[in-house]
Amino acid sequence: MHQSTLAQLSTALESNQINSEELTRLYLERCKQFNESLNCFITINEELALAQANAADKLRAAGNASPLTGIPIAQKDIFCTKGIKTSCGSKMLDNFIAPYDATVIEKMNAAGIVNIGKTNMDEFAMGSSNETSFYGAVKNPWDQDTVPGGSSGGSASAVAARLSPAATGTDTGGSIRQPASLCGITGLKPTYGRVSRYGMIAFASSLDQGGPMTQTAEDAALMMNVIAGFDERDSTSAEHPVDDYTTKLNDSIDGLKIGLPKEYFGEGLDSNIAKCVEDGIKELEKLGATCKEIELPNTELSIPAYYVVAPAECSSNLSRFDGVRFGHRCEDPKDLSDLYCRSRGEGFGKEVKRRIMIGAYVLSAGYYDAYYLKAQQIRHLIRDDFQNALKDVDVIAGPTATGTAFKLNEMIDDPISMYLSDLYTVSVNLAGLPAISVPAGFVNNLPVGMQLIGNYFEESRLLNIAHQFQQATDHHKAIPGGFE
Amino acid sequence: MEWETVIGLEIHAQLATKSKIFSGAPTAYGAEPNTQACAVDLGLPGVLPVLNEQVVLMAIKFGLAIDAEIPERSIFARKNYFYPDLPKGYQISQFELPIVSRGNLEIQLEDGTTKTVGVTRAHLEEDAGKSMHEGFGDQTGIDLNRAGTPLLEIVSEPDMRNAKEAVAYMKKIHSIVRYLEICDGNMQEGSFRCDANVSMRPKGQEEFGTRTELKNINSFRFVEQAINIEIERQIDILEDGGKITQETRLFDPDKNETRSMRSKEEANDYRYFPDPDLLPVQIEAELIEKIRSELPELPNAKKQRFIDQFKLSDYDSGVLTAQKEIADYFETCVSTAEGEAKLSANWIAGELSASLNKESKDITESPVSAEMLGGMIKRIKDDTISGKIAKQVFEAMWNGEGDADSIIESKGLKQVTDTGAIEILVDDVITNSPDQVAQYQAAPEEKQGKLIGYFVGQIMKQSQGKANPKQVNELLKEKLKS
Repeated sequence: MHQSTLAQLSTALESNQINSEELTRLYLERCKQFNESLNCFITINEELALAQANAADKLRAAGNASPLTGIPIAQKDIFCTKGIKTSCGSKMLDNFIAPYDATVIEKMNAAGIVNIGKTNMDEFAMGSSNETSFYGAVKNPWDQDTVPGGSSGGSASAVAARLSPAATGTDTGGSIRQPASLCGITGLKPTYGRVSRYGMIAFASSLDQGGPMTQTAEDAALMMNVIAGFDERDSTSAEHPVDDYTTKLNDSIDGLKIGLPKEYFGEGLDSNIAKCVEDGIKELEKLGATCKEIELPNTELSIPAYYVVAPAECSSNLSRFDGVRFGHRCEDPKDLSDLYCRSRGEGFGKEVKRRIMIGAYVLSAGYYDAYYLKAQQIRHLIRDDFQNALKDVDVIAGPTATGTAFKLNEMIDDPISMYLSDLYTVSVNLAGLPAISVPAGFVNNLPVGMQLIGNYFEESRLLNIAHQFQQATDHHKAIPGGFE
Repeated sequence: MEWETVIGLEIHAQLATKSKIFSGAPTAYGAEPNTQACAVDLGLPGVLPVLNEQVVLMAIKFGLAIDAEIPERSIFARKNYFYPDLPKGYQISQFELPIVSRGNLEIQLEDGTTKTVGVTRAHLEEDAGKSMHEGFGDQTGIDLNRAGTPLLEIVSEPDMRNAKEAVAYMKKIHSIVRYLEICDGNMQEGSFRCDANVSMRPKGQEEFGTRTELKNINSFRFVEQAINIEIERQIDILEDGGKITQETRLFDPDKNETRSMRSKEEANDYRYFPDPDLLPVQIEAELIEKIRSELPELPNAKKQRFIDQFKLSDYDSGVLTAQKEIADYFETCVSTAEGEAKLSANWIAGELSASLNKESKDITESPVSAEMLGGMIKRIKDDTISGKIAKQVFEAMWNGEGDADSIIESKGLKQVTDTGAIEILVDDVITNSPDQVAQYQAAPEEKQGKLIGYFVGQIMKQSQGKANPKQVNELLKEKLKS
């Protein structure tokens, strides 16, 4: 049963093969069994999950179930959950229990979804390896000496190891897609504004976007049907009509025009990865798609621009963690400045501090124009690059990450290399476009992801292509050894 | 050396919305600490601001009232600094592209001339909470009820040249925001407060001197006081050959001094940047026109109309139109008093205003309504009562004894205008005062006016003030001739 997708579980529940309580117990058992080694959960919500499962069973018995009612889904610990610790992977919030639910959680609760646990993540979503978490590194179930990617590493690892059939993630510079790629699952970053950010602890507000991390594109569509939509509590959420993301899944992709950015297949890309992605694209061609080379000339500027904009916003977003109202407060502060310095000094980890400092620097008087303003200009150029490319092609395809899962501790002291590994994902956030990563094969038994980038609000089309690809391939069905 | 003072004011007007600028929490003043602060006001992790549209409409109203530009696009920015009563570690304000830019305003000076003061900009922002240093031992308490209260910060050009001009400007802005009903103007509660930038330069020099900023002055009297002592302080330093330090100074009304809060070197780098949680505000031309068409009559226009329509003096019109509620009171009073404008103006500026002052009441709290006062003036006008008796009637109305007619009736204050009845009184007093009559008749004409007062007084006493004084005078003059 634990190998089932959301779609399969939905059918099983619908046909009474299993009830939600049994299903929830099954996954809770797996979580407890494997979390010690994988460390993908910060909190496992046993009591709450069972209560929700019982409620879901009643809903279903009363005929009021929606497709995902009663199915356990793990939540990244960045989404505020009323009454349950929301740590954001930080010592700063180790004692924080939110008095309210994030919009995403509210929608999940309303759909009768069981919140099985809160997943581990890089501290405040800053990292690409899940090693910056206060709660320790998460292991990649494909090779427990490697990282799962980040920042949604706990969610990716949990879904890959089938400790949860699906999970939520958030993506600021690749934090859904890169761990999905490294863990061999499907991860969708929706269009900026498609999923409400209310209650999702902010890292970089203009880039953050929540989305599904699942085994299949079909599952991602089912989750999007629950979480997408306008939210009046989030001024940046889009008042754009919401699709039923499942309706186009089975459409033919015959005639689809795919753009292959030459900048995504050049130097810096492991040739084995390139091969996997090229094979994946060939599969799409077999399904009737045609490919052409395109240019995204400002791609190389995306990393520097991103690492100005994101830290700038984070330096301001994280100012509220001051030890005054909630979160970590140092012992016996001797004055106000001591309270600030020690509470923040003790509460934040190294990577978070690094980004706060970069951010404060680029926003400082005298540097603002040279850094922040320039980065915003580059952001426009990158958006224009994509818009120009998407005039000629329907979607853009390429690798999700520059490599497969790397060893734990391999890059932790080399932030620049770590930042550069985000090359294919950050520009999508800077442009605000939707993109999906789907499993496209293996290199040395480690998963490789293929990324598909679409135009604004074309999540349905991306899910359609990914689903068609998954109908023709088996990469997404592979389960890491020991977790079958 | 002769010095010239240069003053610019930054006025914070709290906008009179029911809920906060970025959250649904109420803005009412005086609640128990932290009972009017929701998750957004507390700056909890994950919360997001949503702009209250009312504040935009109010800011546009203000902009139109001072003939300012309303740019098509306006953006909110974050002003980053740490302070315990600033929950998010930044204040949402406006930096580039404020909602109102470049306007101007005419102020009346004491010598009767007018002066135009430029308004550089007006921008929207959220207020911070309050730190409470008393009652918590060596700790500080934080009350976030005020956090997120909408403010319109109105920044003037450095156009004022003395404290009196600054006060006139501040009063004018105060009057306008109250006319527009966008701010209650309550200075005790901090709904309307100001910071003053003051510098000195040798007369004739174009370049500005180094300025200091005087913080948080919450009354018209304090503005004048604070600026004047700051001017003295600066002149003393400059004449001793010293230099002014650019700094923020706090005015202490108890000690009547300003003292340094922080110097420029200690000033924060606020690291302003556009708030990514809020979209730019787009303002359509149609909206501006709609608001313009709905603007109420403003102080200057009303004053001119009072001069034209009621034939009031410039001074009286100014006094009556300074506050919208007074102007409204006046108009209601005049219409009840069948158009008697001059008497209405006198009574409002005189007796009513004195009574209100004595009890520290606003005109809106007056126990004597405009209709009541108008009803009384009508009775003065139709000679039912004299001006003197009217004071008794007014006092009775003030004490809640009813309206003018019922008081006149119950107290029997109706004026005696029956010539026969008055004649009897006149004859009586002439008969009973032979000495005074003789004195009067012997006196030269120019002294008779004064001597007749005795007879009038006697008659008024006899009639308990009810005899019509004009008739009494005429009859007396007539009868004393022979």
